[in-house]
Amino acid sequence: MRYLPLSDTDRSEMLASIGVDSVEDLFVDVPAAARLPGPVDLPRQASEAAVERKLSAWAARNRAAGAGPFFLGAGAYRHHIPASVDHLIQRSEFLTSYTPYQPEIAQGTLQVLFEFQTQVSELTGLPVANASMWDGSTACAEAVMMASRVTRRRKAVLSGGLHPHYAASAYTLAHTSGVQTRRLAAAVDDEAAVIAAIDSDTACVVVQSPNVFGAVTDVSEIARAAHAAGALLVVVTTEAVSFGLLRSPGEMGADIAVAEGQSIGNGLTFGGPYVGLFACRNELVRQMPGRLCGETVDAHGRRGFVLTLSTREQHIRRDKATSNICTNSGLCALAFSIHMTLLGGAGLAKLARVNHASARSARDALAAIPGVEVLTPRFFNEFAVRLPKAAHVVVEALAKRDVLAGVPFSRLDPGAGLDDVLLVCATETTLPEDIEALAEALAEEIAR
Amino acid sequence: MTMQSVGRPTRAEIQPEDGAQGHVGRGLLQDEPLIFERGRFDMTGVDFDGTADDADLGDLEGLVRAAPPALPGLSEPETLRHYVRLSQRNHAIDLALYPLGSCTMKHNPRLNEKMARLAGFADLHPLQPVSTVQGALAVMDALAHWLKTLTGMPAVALSPKAGAHGELCGILAIRAAHEARGDARTTILTPTSAHGTNPATAAVAGYQVQEIAQTADGRVDLSDLAAKLGPHVAAIMVTNPNTCGLFERDILEIARLTHEAGAYFYADGANFNAIVGRVRPADLGVDAMHINLHKTFSTPHGGGGPGAGPVVLSADLAPFAPLPWVTHGPDGFELIERAEGDAAAALGRLCAFQGQMGMYVRALTYMLSHGADGLRQVAEDAVLNANYIKARLSDVMSAPFGDGPCMHEALFDETWLEGTGVTTLDFAKAMIDEGFHPMTMYFPLVVKGAMLIEPTETEPKRELDRFCDALLDLAAAAKAGDVDRFKGAPFSAPLSRLDETAAARKPRLRWTP
Repeated sequence: MRYLPLSDTDRSEMLASIGVDSVEDLFVDVPAAARLPGPVDLPRQASEAAVERKLSAWAARNRAAGAGPFFLGAGAYRHHIPASVDHLIQRSEFLTSYTPYQPEIAQGTLQVLFEFQTQVSELTGLPVANASMWDGSTACAEAVMMASRVTRRRKAVLSGGLHPHYAASAYTLAHTSGVQTRRLAAAVDDEAAVIAAIDSDTACVVVQSPNVFGAVTDVSEIARAAHAAGALLVVVTTEAVSFGLLRSPGEMGADIAVAEGQSIGNGLTFGGPYVGLFACRNELVRQMPGRLCGETVDAHGRRGFVLTLSTREQHIRRDKATSNICTNSGLCALAFSIHMTLLGGAGLAKLARVNHASARSARDALAAIPGVEVLTPRFFNEFAVRLPKAAHVVVEALAKRDVLAGVPFSRLDPGAGLDDVLLVCATETTLPEDIEALAEALAEEIAR
Repeated sequence: MTMQSVGRPTRAEIQPEDGAQGHVGRGLLQDEPLIFERGRFDMTGVDFDGTADDADLGDLEGLVRAAPPALPGLSEPETLRHYVRLSQRNHAIDLALYPLGSCTMKHNPRLNEKMARLAGFADLHPLQPVSTVQGALAVMDALAHWLKTLTGMPAVALSPKAGAHGELCGILAIRAAHEARGDARTTILTPTSAHGTNPATAAVAGYQVQEIAQTADGRVDLSDLAAKLGPHVAAIMVTNPNTCGLFERDILEIARLTHEAGAYFYADGANFNAIVGRVRPADLGVDAMHINLHKTFSTPHGGGGPGAGPVVLSADLAPFAPLPWVTHGPDGFELIERAEGDAAAALGRLCAFQGQMGMYVRALTYMLSHGADGLRQVAEDAVLNANYIKARLSDVMSAPFGDGPCMHEALFDETWLEGTGVTTLDFAKAMIDEGFHPMTMYFPLVVKGAMLIEPTETEPKRELDRFCDALLDLAAAAKAGDVDRFKGAPFSAPLSRLDETAAARKPRLRWTP
């Protein structure tokens, strides 16, 4: 087998060195009844070529996003990734290393994490960022738990504009620890309802911008109301490219900002692996989950980087840790950081503007179709429309014409009574002819 | 000074460098400043097709940031150099043995990477109509079939994002199962040698944690377990093979006692690599177990993630598995995303979307490559390699739990270093000068100065010999009183020992101008 370097001669010599007759003698501690006599009922080993044929056949049964008109967003976004990003993350020294437990021989990973933390801090407008989380949804759930620790309160108010999967993930993590999550009714704009829901037991308010309907909101008023009640404001962003254009969460009063970083450097990959961004105010750092990289010096006074403040973490604190999280999403954070380095702030600002322009074109084209109502007044690169039919029916019909029209809101939140709402996203990868194809197919399907 | 350190550049004479100013190279190793010290704030290494005019931003008045984010950009050639230079400061599996116990740093086949990058997997949106993602659902279904067959368990939840997330998934399923019977239980038992994630997970899931004592031979103390089990205990969390690299001989009795008390047996599957294809956890009485795809099934560790932690579940726990999951329907594969019908008892969502698809493709590629026979050989060679290291080092280094065989990792303690003035930390740092990544040190906590060595099955015998020779040479130096070789180590790494205390006392967690 091509991944196993030992020859039968090696194995015999090694068994002799150990002083046993056969490898069975090394498994003596396993109860005899639990030892399988032979291979389980699965296929036997296969050549590289054979495995490649099998996987390629499965891949061919999927319609790749880039194969035609494509308008899905709602938490995962299609952007162009520079070729050098994927090349660099496949460097053996990045791909096949692990958590930098030995900083002297892991300065590559550690410097990347320090640069990543600085980039995330700058984008979110908050002074401290960690070395990444598993994804945006788990980062959001951890933010709720962190706010509960900081405030010693046990209620979280979740805006109706929060991605329903994020709300569900936060509920799962929080409720067993006795932290209640109150999710408001799904709505394009629920500022007044959010403010009304804050009370003296509220640990945090979780607001997403741009929200799941694409709506961009100034959360400053919510921040003021939350702070007046002694609660924290958690701002969620699922489209990280929007940081290039919009005022940052920190600037608008967020205490904690969490985001899905997939848009920068990471492909869609059917939902993962992605990279969660997590930033907060300085005073809160010791309640932060996840790994942190910090600057220090070596024995000769040279600058270097280490994992730090690990007394928050499970391997030291065990059941008293701030979270059970062990690893971060290192390689996805690296991809994010490389792409961000290529872009720079200036490039991200331009990319964001191109995205916004693309989405405006799509909005204009759809708004012109009789029966289509645009629901999102101010958006970044995605918006919601109301259709005269159930959105999932329209999406299925358009998929048969090879147009992937968007995400039916009912797919995310079946109980919201918004079956006629379609979420539409356009990015820099969306071509004018894609928008024409969508508008034409949608108009015909509605008229049918 | 001994022979080994004569001529060794200790770097003691090197003057401290002034931060980023040291743009000099030594041999092949180039110094590299932070991007913030190198890049220009008006530079971008990306060209765009479209153009956009700020005049069109009227809709967003009051919402637009005043200036672009203050982040530098680099051209493509500068970017390549920056990251290639940084990469050269990392140890990696592809460079040499990486014997981190409990982490399973095995070879990462490149076919896995190639398959995960096929457009049909990599360029697929998680919310596309299921009719357009039948191949992706087929991969998830096939992966589930392999994991279920290898473990003998009837169900699997794929979506947990990492091992710790899998633990949480399993414990929440156990909690839901107890609650469905109206049985409120408060406590989870873990051995003192458990991974830190086990008690942390139990606490996150709202349980109190109680520790089970360990016997003198490094296993769960059955009488202590029996004494602590009771109607308040929801589950035990046991790693098997355990973190001392030993198989729990009394595992069937552990399971029996646990079930007799009405509790569930959660197995931490971090060490599944030692038994894959040879032992099915179902036959050990396990009710739930997470599987680190990045350990046993070779998906890359990537400098610290992303991982993936699917959880296999018993029939009793299966109804509580988190959403979503794949089923076979009349028109092909379906994705169950709503808690209704057969999924009414589901514990909800652990994360957005379907989990770590990129890792599913890599793990399945690896499984298909090895097959049932190859995976069995994986476990045998992993255990053989570890026992070979143990045999070669045991005359000099002390093993806390005697001469019996270990499983996939060899554990030593600090006893043999007593009186030398050299600690486990010193010894580990000196290994760096020999070209190896140190073993896991000071874990498990139950062993003083623990050194946990996991070679994995992908090491050739000559690399094992090179490693053992280096350790024996270091051991001889320690015994001979050559403390200098250890106290300042490493001498040949890009940096010498880093001041972690200073880092924590006054944290500098981002670059500032």
